[in-house]
Amino acid sequence: MLLKDEVDMLRRVPLFCQIAPAKLKLLAFASERMTCREGQNLFRQGDIGDAAYVILSGTADVLVQSEAGEIRVAEVEKNSIVGEIAILCDTARTATVRASSRLEVLKISKENFLELMSDFPDMAVEIMRVLANRLNHTTNELTEARSHQQRVPS
Amino acid sequence: MEKSLARYIWSNTYPQQVWILLVVAASMVPYFLAFDLPKRIVNGPIQGQGFEDPDATQHFMAIAFDLPWLGHIEFFEGFPLGRVGTLMALSSVFLALVVLNGLFKFYINTYKGRLGERMLRRIRFSLVDRVLRFPPMHFKRVKSAEIATMIKDEVEPLGGFTGDAFVQPALLGGQALTALGFIILQNFWLGMIAAAIVALQALIIPRMRRRLLELGRQRQITARQLSGRVSEIVDGIHTIRGHDASNLERADIADRLGTIFFIRYDLYQWKFMVKFINNFLAQVTPFLFYAIGGYLALQGRLDIGQLIAVISAYKDLPGPLKELIDWDQARQDVQVKYAQVVEQFDVETLVGPHIQTLVTTPVERLSDALVVSNLVLSDDSGAPLINRLSLEIAPDETVAIVGRSNSGAEALAEAFGRILWPTSGHISIGGRDILDLPESVTGRRISFVSSETYFFHATLRDNLLYGLKHAPLKTIEYGGKHQRKYKRNLLEAQRSGNPALDLNSDWIDYRSAGASGPDDLLKVIRPVLDAVMISQDIFDLALRSQVDVMAHHALTDRIIEIRQAMRRRLRADNLEDIVAPFEAHAYNLQATVGENLLFGTMRQGMTGQALAAHRYFRKVMGETGVSAELYQMGLAIAENAVELFRDLPPDHPFFQQLTFMSADDIPAYEALLQKLQGTPFEEASASDRTSIIRLSFSYVEPRHRFGLLTEALMTRIVEAREAFYANIPADLAERIERHDAEQFTASVSLMDNVLFGRLSFQEVDTTERLRQTIRDLFEELGLADHVLSIGLDFDVGSQGRRLNAVQRQKLNLARALLKRSDYFIFNRPLSALDQRAQDRIVTNIVKDLHEEGHRPAIVWVLPNAQMGELFGRILVFDNGNLVESGSFDELSGKNGMFNQLLS
Repeated sequence: MLLKDEVDMLRRVPLFCQIAPAKLKLLAFASERMTCREGQNLFRQGDIGDAAYVILSGTADVLVQSEAGEIRVAEVEKNSIVGEIAILCDTARTATVRASSRLEVLKISKENFLELMSDFPDMAVEIMRVLANRLNHTTNELTEARSHQQRVPS
Repeated sequence: MEKSLARYIWSNTYPQQVWILLVVAASMVPYFLAFDLPKRIVNGPIQGQGFEDPDATQHFMAIAFDLPWLGHIEFFEGFPLGRVGTLMALSSVFLALVVLNGLFKFYINTYKGRLGERMLRRIRFSLVDRVLRFPPMHFKRVKSAEIATMIKDEVEPLGGFTGDAFVQPALLGGQALTALGFIILQNFWLGMIAAAIVALQALIIPRMRRRLLELGRQRQITARQLSGRVSEIVDGIHTIRGHDASNLERADIADRLGTIFFIRYDLYQWKFMVKFINNFLAQVTPFLFYAIGGYLALQGRLDIGQLIAVISAYKDLPGPLKELIDWDQARQDVQVKYAQVVEQFDVETLVGPHIQTLVTTPVERLSDALVVSNLVLSDDSGAPLINRLSLEIAPDETVAIVGRSNSGAEALAEAFGRILWPTSGHISIGGRDILDLPESVTGRRISFVSSETYFFHATLRDNLLYGLKHAPLKTIEYGGKHQRKYKRNLLEAQRSGNPALDLNSDWIDYRSAGASGPDDLLKVIRPVLDAVMISQDIFDLALRSQVDVMAHHALTDRIIEIRQAMRRRLRADNLEDIVAPFEAHAYNLQATVGENLLFGTMRQGMTGQALAAHRYFRKVMGETGVSAELYQMGLAIAENAVELFRDLPPDHPFFQQLTFMSADDIPAYEALLQKLQGTPFEEASASDRTSIIRLSFSYVEPRHRFGLLTEALMTRIVEAREAFYANIPADLAERIERHDAEQFTASVSLMDNVLFGRLSFQEVDTTERLRQTIRDLFEELGLADHVLSIGLDFDVGSQGRRLNAVQRQKLNLARALLKRSDYFIFNRPLSALDQRAQDRIVTNIVKDLHEEGHRPAIVWVLPNAQMGELFGRILVFDNGNLVESGSFDELSGKNGMFNQLLS
């Protein structure tokens, strides 16, 4: 795939749709295109996070290690971004992302990602929106789980 | 050590000094004969004295003496020769004397030089010998660089002085006295004047030199301290930079250099001042001769002939005198230096030489208990570390020592390791204090390992086997030339008081490691490396390093088989596409354009620039038309790069991905593109072409994705590659190693050799998986030991710094385990490792060591009490006292200190 095709793909990612094509081309050039086979980990929970990944094609499971074993907490698909929490908060990976079908991803290193955010406030807002959505989703699930828990003992 | 240099030199070299004095005395005879001869030639045959009659003859070489009482004795009547014959004969004698004098001089100088070199060798050796025997606490006070400077630089002038120490004053003193005596004979009073001035010189100059000597001493000390400081800067560089203290160091160095400058300048001034006065006094004497002697002559009290004789005799006095004074200065200078050095090496509690005697026979096992009685240990400041401790450790016991930090546990271990000497009380085995036992016992049968590691700048193998190298165990039979050289070395070593140990012998004590020789050594090393969990690291080192094909041909000869097995494995794991293999007639997409053109690796000393400049390479590139195509490609790359990066600030992180140019190159390429717009390849200048084509060489399509590599271009590049190798000139062929599926490539790593291709950029997390695959592969092919051996060739760097702290501590432990001692003392040897890894290694070692036939005692200062479970007895220390002792079950049942440590 060529750089210019990649730019077309990136423009379809909601996160990047506000960014001018010239800048997207730069981003595509500065980032690594990688593939990940089905069943292989894109990254593992507890690892040190050095990059975020934009999924260009394929799907992946988000898995969290718990006392009861691995729990699948979400599925991510084309055009979504994963791994941004670890580089925003400088923490270890909070979950494992494993390809459930062959993945094509764009690996954006930590420095590049942070640089992009400061260059394009629109993108920062978009990231905030993604994170807020996730928080909303998590809160709903937590509420559900709590109410379920309260119902059981009574 | 001997305090006086003169005595030191005399006591070590007096037979040689006497011999050289005799030779010098003998050399005086032809020397003076040569002086006398010209007069005889001129007066005799040339001016005709004794040849008044044309047919007159003279007896040449007549040997006859007029002796008192015995009268005239004639030994040889001589050859009768005519005037010309005598001239020729006398001239020939003159020539012979010149040669003889030259030979004497040559012999004397070489002899003195050799004497000096031997002396230097002796003193340097004895200084290092003393360093090897310094007591442990002394090393806390000295700087290594200062010791090195003393041994290397400060004693150096001693060698040069040794040869002259006694000969020079005898010779020059004799000459000066003769000259003075001659003057006195000519005229007593003028002689007295000369003698008075000489006495004045002898009185004043040494006085003035006292200041010079003091300055010389200061210069020596400040220079030594400077080298100590420089080495501190090198060793502490991370501390300096980490605290932004580099300017403090600059100030310190500048200050020291200032001090040294003023000392040296002062020295310089004084030196020339002394020289001036010396010269002045020397010149005053003739002035007095002219003035006073002339006055006396005018008055008629002195005859003019005498005056001229005195003045001409005086010519011979200042020379030897000046040299004598110089010699004296050198003597004092060297004496000061020597005294300085000796003072530093004169340590009272030096370890006795008998402790370190060479033992080539196997040392018997220690079957007695290690007994500690009334032991008191204290630190440098005198604070107590262990109070009156008595205990006994049986030879097959496993003992854990636990305690908080500063509990005294570590101090006790150090005392076992002879690093800390007891303040009172002692540690003994079989009734003998371990400090009195020879190191051949304590260094072999007792092993001490602490968290501090030291590695020598050598290979990993050398460092690992260091603990087995106690003595040269084989006598090497040298043949022919080598034998003569060896014998000469040996003799020379003895003459300088150096030991006759053969460094080339095999020093490795295979038997004590449980092996029978070099061939099965790996078999005993492997389990030890596994026990300390470093095998995998060494394996990875091997994969990353280049292989010495000569030493490891057993592996490199099987490279075809290895590569095929690797392919099969990758296919089986469905990983085939993560490696793009090199194929002779195909383009490798994962490699750069340059790599595809070259299709090989450059050996050491060859660079891409040298290749690009090579006439043959340029010719092939031009003829195949690849140059023109790559020029177009380079232009496109430059356009893309300029378009992408033009507006970015130079420190932007995106530039990291731009591998073929730097941020600073962007404006230059922008200008170049404008200049070359519409210029075809043929019209561009050579340097412009080079800078454009250069860009294309590092292009990789899947990585840069500009879409510039067409099928046609790839074919062209492969054709150019083939054309390049078709008629490659010898000078290039020997510096480029072409990729060959059937040959081992010496100039790339083992990993690259096994893969024989390029890793795909696009796969996530490939290298770790590949390493595992390769490890399994070598195990399966039975080559794991060879790979380990390649890893052991790794150069650990200065102080082992090319290894990380964890690896160093593991190796340090492995080195001791290889010795198979009877007592193992481990003083928190793995402090750099995380808790889990430490636990596993402790378990491995305690179990492995006792599985084998002989059961050594293990004393382990543990970082956590839980591991005490593995040991037979636990000693709990607190505040320098042994507070609890017993088995794990006993102690954990009690509500004591150990229980506190457990929780």
